[in-house]
Amino acid sequence: MLRVETLSKSYATPQGPATVLDGVSLEVGAGRTLALMGESGSGKSTLLHLVAGLDAPDEGRVFVGDAEMTGRDDAGRAALRRERVGLVFQQFNLVASLTVADNLAFQARLAGREDGVWTARLTERLGLAALTGRYPEQLSGGQQQRVAIGRALALRPALVLADEPTGALDETTAETVMTLMLELVAETGCALLMATHSARCAARLGERLVLRGGRVDAAAMRAAE
Amino acid sequence: MRRSSGRRAFTRRAALAGLLASAGAARAQGVGGEGFAGLGSAADDYAPVVPGHRLVFPRDHAPHPAFRIEWWYVTAALRDASGALCGAQWTLFRNALSPDGGGEGWDSAQLWMGHAAATSATAHVAAERFARGGVGQAGVKPDPFEAWIDDWRLARPDDAPGPGLERLRMTARDQGFAFDLALDAQGPLIMHGDDGFSRKAERGQASYYYSQPFYAAEGRLRIEGVERAVSGHAWLDREWSSQPLDPDQTGWDWFSLTLEDGARVMLYRIRHREGRDSFTGTWIAPDGAARTLGRDEADLAPTGWETVAGRETPVRWRLSIPSEGFEAETRPLNAQAWNALTVAYWEGPVRVEGPRSGVGYLEMTGY
Amino acid sequence: MTFRWTLAALLSHWRRRPGQAAALLAGLALATALWSAVQALNLAARDSYDRAAALLGGAATVSIARPEGGDFDQALFVTLRRAGWPVSPVLEGRARLGERTWRIVGVEPVTLPPGAALASLGEDAGPDDPAALLGRPRGALATPETLEAVGAGDGEAFEAGGLTLRAAARDGLAPATLVVDIGVAQRLLDAPGAVSRLVAPARHGRDPSELAALTGGRLAQLEASPDGDLARLTDSFHLNLTAFGLLAFVVGLFIAHAAVGLAFEQRLAMLRTLRACGVPARTAALALLAELACFALAGGLAGMALGYLVAALLAPDVAASLRGLYGAPASGELALAPAWWLSGLGMTFAGAMLAAGSGIWRAANLPALAPAQPLAWLAGHERRIRAQAFAATGLLMLSAMIARSGEGLVAAFAMLACLLLGAALATPALLSAGLAFGAARARRPLARWLWADARAGLGGLSLALTALMLALATNIGVGSMVTGFRDTFTGWLDQRLAAEIYVRAPGEDRARAFEAAAPALPGVSAVLPTRTAEIRLAGLPVELLGLRDHATYRARWPLLEQEAEAWDAVAAGEGALLSEQLARRLRVGLGDVVTAPGAEGPWPLRVVGLHPDYGNPKGQMVVGLDPLMERLPQAERGAFGLRVAPERIEATMSAITADPALAGVEAIDQAAVKRLSLGLFDQTFAVTGALNALTLGVAGVALLASLATLSAMRLPQLAPVWAMGVTRRRLALLEFGRTMALAAAVAVLAVPLGAALAWALVEVVNVQAFGWRLPLHLYPGQWALLAALALGVAALAAAGPVLRLARTPPARLLAVFAQER
Repeated sequence: MLRVETLSKSYATPQGPATVLDGVSLEVGAGRTLALMGESGSGKSTLLHLVAGLDAPDEGRVFVGDAEMTGRDDAGRAALRRERVGLVFQQFNLVASLTVADNLAFQARLAGREDGVWTARLTERLGLAALTGRYPEQLSGGQQQRVAIGRALALRPALVLADEPTGALDETTAETVMTLMLELVAETGCALLMATHSARCAARLGERLVLRGGRVDAAAMRAAE
Repeated sequence: MRRSSGRRAFTRRAALAGLLASAGAARAQGVGGEGFAGLGSAADDYAPVVPGHRLVFPRDHAPHPAFRIEWWYVTAALRDASGALCGAQWTLFRNALSPDGGGEGWDSAQLWMGHAAATSATAHVAAERFARGGVGQAGVKPDPFEAWIDDWRLARPDDAPGPGLERLRMTARDQGFAFDLALDAQGPLIMHGDDGFSRKAERGQASYYYSQPFYAAEGRLRIEGVERAVSGHAWLDREWSSQPLDPDQTGWDWFSLTLEDGARVMLYRIRHREGRDSFTGTWIAPDGAARTLGRDEADLAPTGWETVAGRETPVRWRLSIPSEGFEAETRPLNAQAWNALTVAYWEGPVRVEGPRSGVGYLEMTGY
Repeated sequence: MTFRWTLAALLSHWRRRPGQAAALLAGLALATALWSAVQALNLAARDSYDRAAALLGGAATVSIARPEGGDFDQALFVTLRRAGWPVSPVLEGRARLGERTWRIVGVEPVTLPPGAALASLGEDAGPDDPAALLGRPRGALATPETLEAVGAGDGEAFEAGGLTLRAAARDGLAPATLVVDIGVAQRLLDAPGAVSRLVAPARHGRDPSELAALTGGRLAQLEASPDGDLARLTDSFHLNLTAFGLLAFVVGLFIAHAAVGLAFEQRLAMLRTLRACGVPARTAALALLAELACFALAGGLAGMALGYLVAALLAPDVAASLRGLYGAPASGELALAPAWWLSGLGMTFAGAMLAAGSGIWRAANLPALAPAQPLAWLAGHERRIRAQAFAATGLLMLSAMIARSGEGLVAAFAMLACLLLGAALATPALLSAGLAFGAARARRPLARWLWADARAGLGGLSLALTALMLALATNIGVGSMVTGFRDTFTGWLDQRLAAEIYVRAPGEDRARAFEAAAPALPGVSAVLPTRTAEIRLAGLPVELLGLRDHATYRARWPLLEQEAEAWDAVAAGEGALLSEQLARRLRVGLGDVVTAPGAEGPWPLRVVGLHPDYGNPKGQMVVGLDPLMERLPQAERGAFGLRVAPERIEATMSAITADPALAGVEAIDQAAVKRLSLGLFDQTFAVTGALNALTLGVAGVALLASLATLSAMRLPQLAPVWAMGVTRRRLALLEFGRTMALAAAVAVLAVPLGAALAWALVEVVNVQAFGWRLPLHLYPGQWALLAALALGVAALAAAGPVLRLARTPPARLLAVFAQER
């Protein structure tokens, strides 16, 4: 479902170019989950952003299903993202002026793929049925993240990218949200790539990949197994 | 504001046409002679044209303001040095808006309209002028004779003082043409009809009508950008009346011909929508002896038509006056001799072809 | 699909923040309203003159007339016609018919050049139809309103000046004008055989130099139609109005810009979310553009409606001003062309783009990954403020340069624009510097926080404060000019109106009769007859005023400059007093010689004095009465001043009215003349006042909108202070105090700018536009009043947000800590 081939990216800094990713390759099949681990600055977020097509790599290729994300312009990447990729952020990133229902259906609507039955089921499963008319500022953090997960899954994506989805939540809430997300990912049969600090969260996923200084840290991975 | 000026200019001209229609191009008593709504009065209020009235000169060269319409009308068929035929027209119409003639100055009820035109085989250019009476912009004075509108003049030259019309100088100019001709009468004035009382139609329309058909003309004519020395014959018509055309009179055809043997002919026909056309004519012998032609003495028949200004117009005619042994065809010098003026009509030189050939002018209205 | 839901998400922001939406709409609507109102007034007035000018002129025709002005014999018309010139005579003048004076335009419909002249009289069956004028009875064409005033319905006959005329209604004619046949005009104006000018098609194809030979040097082709003078004079008034409209528009744009900028900053996070969900940057920018177009359309339409309302309310005043001040035939009616609507909406769209363009450009180029910083725009903006201060300095210097060396009205307004724009750009920097200075001096922690916080909040308020400052300065400047003008004008009237009673005796016979009877009237100590003649000097219309040599004038006639024994020179026919504006236009001063046309040759006159002649569009030249009668015997007589003992004024007035031999003679006492003049003056500046008030109102709305949107965003700044033990009440008061302090600072800044504006208006614009200089008066009382007004507006604007702050539940303040971001 997701194939990443020798992805590299560096940014210009006042001290010269800084390499953030250096030839990272990975693959996540349909229905599989991969935890992306590593310290801050190891390149997790950058990898996620490149996979999502929010930015373009210097080298390497990204395939979502049979479609290549790399090599497209902004509009092309946006279209592919809209159609196939659901994103979940640490800070939820809901549209403050839209209701829960509208936020949840938002990306599916953008892609022209709103499925009322599925959306209603998601709402039910996420325990948001009583909150559909509320606005994000009226929700707790856990509730907001559940809406964000719903938004990512409402379009039945091929790939879900999650960037520290429980980072802003307390432990209990984080546990609940994590469980819900994994269940729903399994139900939809999409691939999940999740960046996280938390070993506990990572442990719940099928596979793990550790990044260090922009490269895959094989030793750390063996240690983690 | 500007965008509509074209249309408005047109309506203004059309309105002027209404004012002046009864004088316009009229050999008869005027198309639409009811005049402009509210301006014209019934013909009864104007002076009537009656038989037995004797014309007196030079008094009758001057305007007759009590009559509704009047004109001083000169046509000249000329040849340039190469022998090519060309023509010039100079006309001043007077139209009274009320029978009392109005008052002094701007209160005058007289309206004047001038037409001038020049014709060659390849061009025809016409222009018009309008003026109020009473202030001197246009008028006619008998002694010395002078008829004018703006800078167009038909007048006794300074070296020939006196009241008569024996010698005249005729000038007009506009964009596209100019002429300056000296006219010298080679014969007497001709009274048409019954000593100048000319009956136009069986219904009683009549005018006072006399001519000077014997002018030798000489001078200069500019047309198509070329000024040339010209000479030939000119014909002056003087006519005044008060009665309009009937609604069923659709137009008229008028010929003034100068034959090579020195004879002159005037033929005039009013066409009726129904019934027989009205006809008058005068046969003028080279010595000036004139004879009014009877109704059945002449025959006019169109033989060739052309589209002129969108109208099918008979530009070729067969004329026959058996009593005078006259049989001829006329051909126009320029079939497109259309005076595209506020009051529009066909007026141009013609060649007379036949045993007794010559030149002349043809006027046609109402086609 | 993508576009539709993107737009829906963007628009949802406004549903959640109706106040912000209202501010944006109000800004656009107010900007459009004031601008379009001014434009509507200008268009209506201009249309009136155009109709008056185009009546017998305009681009399609040229005029031929006496270079020195005045009527001539119609024989010259005939002479030119007979020389082949396609001219048509026109006689124009004013005639009193019944109660009122009408402009009479006599034309000759048969020769009138087609296409130009009467084409402007109206669309429907205009007098293109000569019968309308030439029928019996003769026709009189006028607008339906004019006919109503005449008392005749369309098609009805009426009596005028001993003639029977038939009324014919024509829309599109100039107001208060009767178009008649020239013969009728000659009778109504009692000018047999007279012609004012000849009109000819512009392309008459004749050499104008022939005219001199043909007319014996009497006629020449005029460079511009006489109405051009009118256009020049009224232009300045319109330029004033337009400048006002533009200023109001700019103030409105400040509001729109503030609202759009704020909304954009608040939606940065939303934009990033949209991008994350797969909205291309271009689609987001297009959606923002579409959103803006919706606002521009809604705000624009509302503004146009409002503008129409304002214009309709002000139109009669403007028309009255123009009529009074310039004698311009303006009608008080608004007739709005589609062009007005289009241009108004166009301005709104352009303005909205200007206000929001930078935001949209940023959205289109927004990197999807930069961290969202919702409060970034509140932060210092030090760099921008510095750049603005730099630009402001440049503009102010440019303004000073233009003031020193510029010439003409356009330069004057360019100077004003530079001054205002420079001041507007300098305002944030000045306020920031003031607050920094205050912060450095403050000792107590709360005070330090207050200063620093005020400075940090300046970014969000600076636009609104700038708008308030501009509005205040404009009010101060225009107020100073108007009040100063009025004071000067009143003083001048007191001096100039030296006689106690003014009498007009129409016609030579009545004037003679009055002159004979006047000395015997009760209480009259002196009779001061005057005569006037209209001449042209260097193409300018000039009124030659003949005054009798009398102690009254020597003592009272106001003079700006004079030679010794000036009045002796005037009485001797050697000298003349010139009005200030005439001297300026002719570029002459004391001792120079001007040559007036006399009946028997030129009449050289030395300039021996300059007098103020406020409000007179024509030049005025005062000469001795006897020399005038000698040189120009046709000078019109009929106006008299009477010196009367004050207590006998009423008796004298009654005696004039009662004497049957003096029927038709009109007398008015000095007080009434003053009342009329001042009434006219006040009417003229009523428009200015109204626009001033509106501008201040708009600035108030700007402030209100900015404060309202800011208050919600300021919670994170206030919460920590509250947590440190400052009560909500105290916080609210501090907030209020902060706004008031800023408003006060703005008022302080506005005073010098207003004074500069007053100086510019009085010393530069006025002199260029009207030709007279006024003493510059400054009115601190007025400033204080305006400053109080500004504080009041600020207090009103701040009250709402502050009250809300005082009532904010502690839970919401706590929430700031719960969701720190």
